Amino acid sequence: MKFIIAIIKPFKLDTVREALSGIGIAGMTVTEVKGFGRQKGQTEIYRGAEYSTNMLPKVKLEIAASDDIAAQVVETIQQTANTGAIGDGKIFVLDLASATRIRTGESGETAL
Amino acid sequence: MKRFLVNSAAMMTGALLLAAPALAAPAAEVAEVVAEAAPAVANPGNNAWMMTSTILVLLMILPGLALFYGGLTRSKNMLSTMTQVGATAALAMLIWVMWGYSLAFGPESTGALSAFFSTGSYFLSSVTTDTTAATFSDEVISEYVFVSFQMTFAAITAALILGSTAERMKFAATMMFVPIWLTIVYFPIAHMVWAGGGLLFDMGALDFAGGTVVHINAGVSGLVLAYLLGKRKGYPTEPMPPHSLTMTMIGTGLLWVGWFGFNAGSELEADGVAGLAMINTFVATAAGGLAWMVVEKLAGHKGSALGFCSGVIAGLVAVTPAAGNSGPFGAILLGIIASVVCYFVVSKVKTKLGFDDSLDAFGIHGVGGIVGAIGTGIVYSPALGGPGDAAEYVMGAQVTTQIIAVLVAIAWATVGTLIAGLLVKFTIGLRVDEETEVNGLDISEHGERAYN
Repeated sequence: MKFIIAIIKPFKLDTVREALSGIGIAGMTVTEVKGFGRQKGQTEIYRGAEYSTNMLPKVKLEIAASDDIAAQVVETIQQTANTGAIGDGKIFVLDLASATRIRTGESGETAL
Repeated sequence: MKRFLVNSAAMMTGALLLAAPALAAPAAEVAEVVAEAAPAVANPGNNAWMMTSTILVLLMILPGLALFYGGLTRSKNMLSTMTQVGATAALAMLIWVMWGYSLAFGPESTGALSAFFSTGSYFLSSVTTDTTAATFSDEVISEYVFVSFQMTFAAITAALILGSTAERMKFAATMMFVPIWLTIVYFPIAHMVWAGGGLLFDMGALDFAGGTVVHINAGVSGLVLAYLLGKRKGYPTEPMPPHSLTMTMIGTGLLWVGWFGFNAGSELEADGVAGLAMINTFVATAAGGLAWMVVEKLAGHKGSALGFCSGVIAGLVAVTPAAGNSGPFGAILLGIIASVVCYFVVSKVKTKLGFDDSLDAFGIHGVGGIVGAIGTGIVYSPALGGPGDAAEYVMGAQVTTQIIAVLVAIAWATVGTLIAGLLVKFTIGLRVDEETEVNGLDISEHGERAYN
């Protein structure tokens, strides 16, 4: 099993979610986060007082997927969240040691 | 409806009959005798408008100004800012009925000092339901209504100062500063500008609704107090963005609505001049709000919500002294100029001068007030559509008078605020301690948080 963490632009969330549902991903965790990478922050101006924020709002997706579709998940996110502009985000893939469904106690890929 | 019409027709006939002796008397002398014999009775229409206006000015303070200022602060100082505005206004109301009305509009002359303040009628001792206050024509309004209307002006002026002192002035210090400041600064300036016999009134200075008395006065006093207080911890290196421009926008809207009471109410009658003040309060403000956004755009930035709100206030401030003293297009011009000048002061000049006028009470009310007060001398010109008398109006002379009035107000407010501010500073202290400031005045001074 793989644990996939994707940081994407907030406005791409719906597109990515729909595309992932289309390839059989049944659930994910979504968090609003802030961070920075190569894309620098933005400038806010209040009556001439300029504040440059070096953190930008992003959305973090956490998805647990079976080994056979993990690569497809990564590819789907990469294609649907892509705008071609700097700041599109990153995808990280980790090995997942175990997964347990709390309601039934099932574990392994059946719990996903 | 029909019955109402019949009744009002009967009332009108009655009014005409009552007015007949006065109309028939040709000489002013005889008219005076008649007036003495039958004391003037307040016109219910004017009274109703003035009562409405009075409440509109209250709306400007609570919740208007409280929300406008509150939204501009950081969330840890929201309640402190709003509570100081509310409590200052409440304290000003009580002081007004004890000795404020006497010093500003009291019935007795103070002889040589009558150019600066009046006396008599302490605790409203001479005011009854039958006494009246003169308007600008032969009409009168009930004195209680006049006392209430002017009371709200004292209340909002004191509250406006708090825009310069926000996020660091002790609540107790505010409560001690306000009575002293009202007594030695506001009441004398209101008397000088608005009371018959007042120094600037007799000079012919034009201040329809309080550009000098309210806005220059509050702005300059705020700046002096900001100087005495010192900068907020972290200013200007730490970011201190407004915590809720939504609240500020709501406050701006309430201020604009309330300002019709402030400006059109200052005619003291529901007549054509009040109508002129009303249209000016619409168009100067509209021009001010848009002009600020245009300047932002020209300066290479985005047109902002706070810019719109700031321009609206700058326009309102500038049109205040001109409300009944300008044609609508003069007012539009004034709104645009004030907005542009205030933009440069708060966004360019302020950072260079290095004082911490936290919410720009000086930058917008002080500066906008000065632009408005001097500009009123220009837009009063009949050539520009103003109501000035073509036979008497001389632009140079009027502008000079306006500038003198502005300088007198600035000097008086500076000296008076220094005295009041230093008195507080060396007794109970003006400023909260560092820990209180960092934790926020809401939790430290009031034991509450605005948002839980």
